[in-house]
Amino acid sequence: MITRVVTVQNPEGLHMRPADKLVRTATHYQCQIELERAGQIADCRSMIGLLTLGAPQGTELTLRAQGPDASMAVEAIARLFDSQFDDP
Amino acid sequence: MLELQGIAVSPGVAIGKAIVFDREGYSIARCLVSRPEAQREWQRLVEAVSKAHQVLGARGKETTESWGADLGGIFSAQQQLLLDPHVRSEMEHLIRDNLYAAEYAVSEVFAKYAAAFRKASSSFLAERAADVRDVERTLLEALTGKPTQTFNEIPLGSIVVSHDLTPGETASFDTEKVLALCTEAGGPGGHTAIVARGMEIPAVVGVGNFLHNIRSGDEVIIDGHVGRIFVSPDAPTRERYLKRRIARESIVSELSELRDLPAVTSDGVHVELMANVEFPNETQACLARGADGVGLYRTEFLYLGHDKEPTEEEHFLAYQQVLRDMQGRPVVIRTLDLGADKMGMTRPVEPENNPFLGLRSIRLSLRNPALFRVQVRAILRAASAGNCRIMFPMVTTLDEFRSAKFLLRSVADDLTCEGIRIPSTLQVGMMVEVPAAVLMLDRFIEEIDFVSIGTNDLTQYTLAVDRSNDSVADLYQACDPAVLRLIKRTQEITSEHGKSTSVCGEMSNNPAHALLLVGMGIRSLSLAPSTIPVIKKAIRSVTLGQCEAMAWRALRLGTAREVEAFLMNQLAGLVPEIVLQA
Repeated sequence: MITRVVTVQNPEGLHMRPADKLVRTATHYQCQIELERAGQIADCRSMIGLLTLGAPQGTELTLRAQGPDASMAVEAIARLFDSQFDDP
Repeated sequence: MLELQGIAVSPGVAIGKAIVFDREGYSIARCLVSRPEAQREWQRLVEAVSKAHQVLGARGKETTESWGADLGGIFSAQQQLLLDPHVRSEMEHLIRDNLYAAEYAVSEVFAKYAAAFRKASSSFLAERAADVRDVERTLLEALTGKPTQTFNEIPLGSIVVSHDLTPGETASFDTEKVLALCTEAGGPGGHTAIVARGMEIPAVVGVGNFLHNIRSGDEVIIDGHVGRIFVSPDAPTRERYLKRRIARESIVSELSELRDLPAVTSDGVHVELMANVEFPNETQACLARGADGVGLYRTEFLYLGHDKEPTEEEHFLAYQQVLRDMQGRPVVIRTLDLGADKMGMTRPVEPENNPFLGLRSIRLSLRNPALFRVQVRAILRAASAGNCRIMFPMVTTLDEFRSAKFLLRSVADDLTCEGIRIPSTLQVGMMVEVPAAVLMLDRFIEEIDFVSIGTNDLTQYTLAVDRSNDSVADLYQACDPAVLRLIKRTQEITSEHGKSTSVCGEMSNNPAHALLLVGMGIRSLSLAPSTIPVIKKAIRSVTLGQCEAMAWRALRLGTAREVEAFLMNQLAGLVPEIVLQA
């Protein structure tokens, strides 16, 4: 299990487009990936799950992955958060 | 079992399966499949998902090209909602384990998420509910291969349940298949009420919020006599209503024996009973109930339920059919009586703050002479097919009536030049539904041939009550003494000048009100064909003296409630059979 804390930096929070990118990225890996916000856990392949987190800018989320390519997945997803999902 | 109370607006009892139209105006049948079919159903859904995925992709591409990637990206996100593994596994569970039809599973799961989003505290999530519904709709369309607007695809034996029904929606119903109507909103004089009576099916309106408690496919009983609704009725209730339905059918057949007898009081005063109709095919019902003619032919349905403005020929054929079918009995054709807001296909109209006081009815016709001429030409061309009269609605000022008549004359001159014969006896009348027209009636009277009182609008305009507004609908009382005085004055002025007054509003449908009107000197009523037998029965059971005594008393009471209570009491004494029937 690989764990890392990420922060939502987008001004609009984890909304439709970032969540879309997150799901697309997560589906490239075989491992289980989830995000947790204060006890609420979302599967990174579930758009609805991610949206339901309702994470605004500045929220800290715990990213967890388990499986063969877990460390690569966590790297890739953390990069997305850091780059604000390349959202315009 | 869930029991609800609403406003009874059209009598009768119906037992059937609900078809629920939500605010988005579509509905999914709550169907189950057999276990062996479940696999095929799931396969159907998997294929629809991939089809919907392509549709969303194409929509995204188009949007990106015309509006930029910012907006186009929404559809990419919607694709993720569509492919969401949770959504997918929940739908699979509903289909494989609960044996839901694919459409039912889709609407169930998406409705759940949309509701969860709507309830979310963050406005960001609440706005996403619309995306969820968008995806749902796309998927349903992929499943069924057609748009999800399904007002005209109602299964046989349905009870239509909705928040409200627009005239256009009710116009598109297949009347053969609808057993009853039931709406959350609406009042006694609203459109659903009128349509339901026209269709001769029970209706209950103004029930309040309950759509969340009812699903398409639920069994429902509608009691249009007292305004009660039972959702998923228990066995005793069901039994009771099955018995009542049979009892009612026997009363109806008893009343139908009156068909060929005239509506005369027991001391020999004749009252003309005419019918209100919307659709040309209703003439059959008029004749079957023994109507003396058509006292109000509403022509709005030519304009509603169609995407285009009706052509002169379409008008003409409809009018000609009604005139012919009525075989020489009088037919009063009322020109367009719609608000500008309902005339979507004519032109975009600025939204009105106060449509009932806005550009509607004769005002709209006079403002759009091109549109008005088409209708008037068709009426005049059809006139020789029977005993035709023409009537202008909502006339407020004498100028309006004169302008309408001027246009009528010029159209008639054109037609004469074209060699078309117009009966010289064609009568031209007006609806009295604005208090101003009553106050000025002594000036109008020389220029009009007849008057028909539209009690619905007259009540609304006299009491300043929007009859479709639930919060004030209780103030809407046709028996309010103020309304009665206006009717009385209208009757006095017309009879002084030897002209006829008919009453064509909802009042005529109520036996107690009808007797009151007879007592006030009215000798012509126009009502829903289905209520003609009951009213005839009431009139045949009383003397003119009894009606006049009733009117004398009622006109001296101070409130609508007192009038109503007094009339009910009188009716129970004079014609108990009718009261028991309700």
